[in-house]
Amino acid sequence: MTVAVQKTQRPQRTGTEEPPATARRPRTVSRPMIVAAILVVWLVLFAVLRGRQTLSLGAADLTDLHRWFNDVNDSIGANRNSNPLFLYFFNEIRLVIDTLVTFVQELISQPTAGRPVPQIGWLGVVGIVGYVSWAVGNWRVALLAVAGFTFLGLQGLWQESMDTLALTLSAVCVALLFALPLGVWAGLSDRVSRIVTPFLDFMQTMPTFVYLAPLTLFFLIGPASATIATAIYAAPPAIRITAHAIRSVPETTVEAANSMGATRRQALLKVLLPMSKRTVVMGVNQTIMAALAMVTIAALINAPGLGATVVQALQSLDVGTAFNAGLAIVVMAIVLDRVTTAASARADTARGSDSPFLKWRRQLVVAGGVVAAVLVYLSHTYLWAAEFPGEGSAGSTIAKAATDVTTWAQDNLSGLTNAFRDVLTNGLLNPFQTLLTDSPWWLVGAALVALGTVLGGWRAGATTVVCVGLLVGTGLWSDAMTTLASTAVATVLVMLLGVALGVWMGRSALVDRLLRPTLDAAQVMPPFVYLVPFLALFGATRFTAIVAAIVYAAPVAIKIIADGVRAVPGTTVEAAMSTGCNTWQIITKVQLPMSRGALTLATNQGLIYVLSMVVVGGLVGAGALGYDVVAGFSQGQLYGKGLAAGLAIVLLGVMFDRITQAAARRAGA
Amino acid sequence: MARHWRAGAAGLAVLGLTLTACGGAKVGDDSAAGSGSSGKCGTFNLAINPWVGYEANAAVLAYVAEHDLGCKVEQKDLKEEIAWQGFGTGEVDAVVENWGHDDLKKKYITDQKTALDAGPTGNKGLIGWYVPPWLAKAHPDILDWKNLDKYASKFKTSESGGKGQLLDGDPSFVTNDEALVKNLKLDFKVVYAGSETALIQAYRNAEKNKEWVIGYFYEPQWFMSEVPLKKVSLPEYKTGCDADAEKVACDYPVYELDKIVSAKFAKSGSPAYDLVKNFTWTNEDQNTVAKYIAVDKMAPEAAAKKWVEANRDKVDAWIK
Repeated sequence: MTVAVQKTQRPQRTGTEEPPATARRPRTVSRPMIVAAILVVWLVLFAVLRGRQTLSLGAADLTDLHRWFNDVNDSIGANRNSNPLFLYFFNEIRLVIDTLVTFVQELISQPTAGRPVPQIGWLGVVGIVGYVSWAVGNWRVALLAVAGFTFLGLQGLWQESMDTLALTLSAVCVALLFALPLGVWAGLSDRVSRIVTPFLDFMQTMPTFVYLAPLTLFFLIGPASATIATAIYAAPPAIRITAHAIRSVPETTVEAANSMGATRRQALLKVLLPMSKRTVVMGVNQTIMAALAMVTIAALINAPGLGATVVQALQSLDVGTAFNAGLAIVVMAIVLDRVTTAASARADTARGSDSPFLKWRRQLVVAGGVVAAVLVYLSHTYLWAAEFPGEGSAGSTIAKAATDVTTWAQDNLSGLTNAFRDVLTNGLLNPFQTLLTDSPWWLVGAALVALGTVLGGWRAGATTVVCVGLLVGTGLWSDAMTTLASTAVATVLVMLLGVALGVWMGRSALVDRLLRPTLDAAQVMPPFVYLVPFLALFGATRFTAIVAAIVYAAPVAIKIIADGVRAVPGTTVEAAMSTGCNTWQIITKVQLPMSRGALTLATNQGLIYVLSMVVVGGLVGAGALGYDVVAGFSQGQLYGKGLAAGLAIVLLGVMFDRITQAAARRAGA
Repeated sequence: MARHWRAGAAGLAVLGLTLTACGGAKVGDDSAAGSGSSGKCGTFNLAINPWVGYEANAAVLAYVAEHDLGCKVEQKDLKEEIAWQGFGTGEVDAVVENWGHDDLKKKYITDQKTALDAGPTGNKGLIGWYVPPWLAKAHPDILDWKNLDKYASKFKTSESGGKGQLLDGDPSFVTNDEALVKNLKLDFKVVYAGSETALIQAYRNAEKNKEWVIGYFYEPQWFMSEVPLKKVSLPEYKTGCDADAEKVACDYPVYELDKIVSAKFAKSGSPAYDLVKNFTWTNEDQNTVAKYIAVDKMAPEAAAKKWVEANRDKVDAWIK
């Protein structure tokens, strides 16, 4: 699902200029040797200085910065009813969005005044979804959409699903309303792009838990807060991809338009926008996916729907029910993903194609519209078409099966999994974490800056200096290092898995087709669902957090690497084969080296995705920054510390991102 | 050609309509049945904090408010912190199981004056260190904190850095455990599990596989009816012994769980306010309803109905 973005994000960020890598070629010392030297110096100094100036802070201790954040938060709350900014600005926004969401909800999910059911019943929704999918995509995705949505009803989750759909659609609308114009602007102007990018990084890596509570202060408890929280997280992909789409329209085309006397406006409307339509639709796709990822978190501020079902089921550790609802989210995500992907493919092929079918298309569209309208009318009028029939017995079967599988796994595998956990924790995680947390902070900082400079160049080194400085400023240095250790280990495992499965998928179309739905599911299944079985298998440990992060982050890495391997020209592989290379040699000597760019990109995205699971990790024993954020969300006096921890996560993310991006550019050069 | 298609489509539509015109009950045929109640109570915004015990309180209150008082109950799933914020903004009328939270009381009751204390729920909240029952049975002396060090090595895990592991961590509750471990000079390290789910799962595994686990837990809690954990006694709590968070060396106090309402709601004269104010029940009552919800997997409303029907006398005392 995400591959397209990753690929597209890269060239766009390359916009910031970078000293050419060739300048370093004449040096005699190779880069790996410098890295090794830095590590050796670090280890030696660690042995000498161990345990000094580690800047550790107890779980309940606060710094002045944290207290100050608390005070700011309190004063906002206290002035809420007198501040004109609230009365005339935030309240108005809230009203508009509340009205929008309530409208959509009354249309498809919630009973309206005087009616025991929503305006459009299940048959109407299925009809509309099928029709729209066919009209913007093709008949195959339409079939998938109809089957998918019917399945939601069979699961006994029709109303919950529609609540989720209503909220997701509203949030996506709000997000796109800002994202598309902003994306176009950022695509046209380098300066805007440079200003916007850090904000986008911030919006994507700042844990939602941090701004959930302030958001309800600004916009009250209700649909508006949930929608805005979702929109904040979902908008960045659309902005990035739109900007990239505008940028990648060939220069010559724009020049041609200009030379024919097109105004800026005409060039934009007639050339740039139509030519970037396909990629922009991919941006919409990513926004929808990101919005669905927020479903369970929004449930914590009273957003109705599938997320609420998941959260409630987990209070009594009812894995089955949670899984059933999680599966509904996955089904909805896959339907929406396939439909928007088909729509974007269509935006590409429709132009210029001249099949006889097209002549009929218009009439077919009208006819389909009429059929959909009839279904809507029926579902508005008759009970059988309004309320999904049956008791949702498929849902209870799924729930029971999920429970049985988890119980079996817990009973039979936990000895094995514990042994695996202990080996990995004691052999890799603990020593690495000790090195990071027990070294003096300035030593770790210096090592990070040195590594950043060597791997990513001076610019990346400078970013690292700033990030390290700010990390010390958050007062959570020691926690940040603990989180860094787990994150690094998780990323290494993600990459191992990514290379193994990615190469396999890249080399075989069949494997790709089989694995891809599973990867999609792993990405959109709410982590809360699989945390309970993982806790049973691995206990409340950092390792459980790492496994959860791998489940979420590995699919991205796998997809990117698979794409990279597939992009290696067939002729090159054939040439290697004709010289007598065996499969192993082809993989290690040809396919992997030639997809080096994809590998670095996969590392980058793997890291960012792992970081976005830090908070979830905090819920299952990872401690450190993740726990700080969760505790800050739950306890008033820790709010400031939670915010600082959120900032620290953002800083780690920015630091990694800039270093790996720069390294990727060099690898590509 | 186009005309042909349009005619076809229209025909299809007519066909569809006629075919289904005789198909089943229409929406709104029985819509009059729903609204039987008097409008005196109005809407009652009830916060639902995310734990089962709370949900038991809320389910019973919502059931009584709806069926006996004719209120329209809006249940809102919210974390504590956010629910309290809702008092000021008018989005929440009542929180019906509050564990201490002196900081929130100071902020919203004393400073902002948007909330009021509506008295105890009758439930006693215990917080402390618990071990699984098999462990208490096999080593009864473990229930005294003085013997904990003797067993510290048994509690070692991959997370605890060579010491015994004290599993902490529902982030919603204040804990003194790091200070306690330090001040009682125990050879333990506090490890943050991070959620109630993680704690329960740890105890569940421990009881099943006879593993050594000690951690922070609390009652009333539905899980106790599945695995009755045993509480380890710490040095006795005396008023003020926990005044300085750094120097705490005593057990947690017994919390009188209470109800908090918004100031607006208290003045509104709604019968739902009187219901919330009069509501009290025992730990046993709550455990019963919580068990219906968590173990028997009943819907909260069904669980409430079952309990209310069996305990009509108690309910009548709240609404007389």
